[in-house]
Amino acid sequence: MTPGERLPDLVHGPITRGTLALFAGASNDHVLFHIDSDFARAAGMEDVFAHGMLSMAYLAQLITHWVPQERLKQWHVRFTAITPLHAVVTCSGEVVELVEPGLVRLAIRCRTDAGVTTLEGEALVAI
Amino acid sequence: MIDPAFIGLESEPRIVDVEAGQLRFFAKATGETSPIYFDEQAARDAGHTALPAPPTFVFSLALAAPAQRGNLFGDMGIDVTKVVHGEQGFTYHRPIHAGDRITLLARIADIYAKKGGALEFVVQETRAINQHGELCCEMRTVTVVRNAA
Repeated sequence: MTPGERLPDLVHGPITRGTLALFAGASNDHVLFHIDSDFARAAGMEDVFAHGMLSMAYLAQLITHWVPQERLKQWHVRFTAITPLHAVVTCSGEVVELVEPGLVRLAIRCRTDAGVTTLEGEALVAI
Repeated sequence: MIDPAFIGLESEPRIVDVEAGQLRFFAKATGETSPIYFDEQAARDAGHTALPAPPTFVFSLALAAPAQRGNLFGDMGIDVTKVVHGEQGFTYHRPIHAGDRITLLARIADIYAKKGGALEFVVQETRAINQHGELCCEMRTVTVVRNAA
């Protein structure tokens, strides 16, 4: 776990309407943008799109499949683009800095198969 | 414009139970492959006392028990069709497990505008405290409101 080390990529998708319906129920996010095409179109969107927190949950798995969850101390992301229906999401991360002995900073991001970065941020992980 | 008087407003305490069934559903819905998140024995073998709540789950707990005070779509009067999730962060102090009873306390930490008011930002900070009075997680949410030009 030294600067430059990359975490194994984690890939999810394609994201279907079913994925969004299940995540809406499981995550208590009932905002209709993500589950009702008629609502999304009436609000000016092309169609339903994925919850940002679905991708953040995927990004969490990138980290918890690499180290036990209790080593994740702090993290944050910015949502930089919406994740459209049918997207394949790739989560990636890299150790960028030893912050102090036993604590590293990761740069993390989600990218769609269209090459769009949808989430980016950083995490502090105990090693 | 969102009234800046909401800055500093604290929500009432909201109490929510962490249910094993919902954790399994969340694991399924997110394509989780690690058995720690859906198999009680695997969780115990990994040193947990019960199924652990995954890192973003406090956000879902907060959605399960919306605040009356400092609610974006309630007393703050924001139109849900105009918002996007801008940023999300978590700081962890103690794990949360199935069977825990969590008290959520939220605060409107900041409200600010950019682009001459075309974009407004609401920063919420939420603390999740377990049944023993221990702080488990702090969560920071930035919601962006896109106002008509």
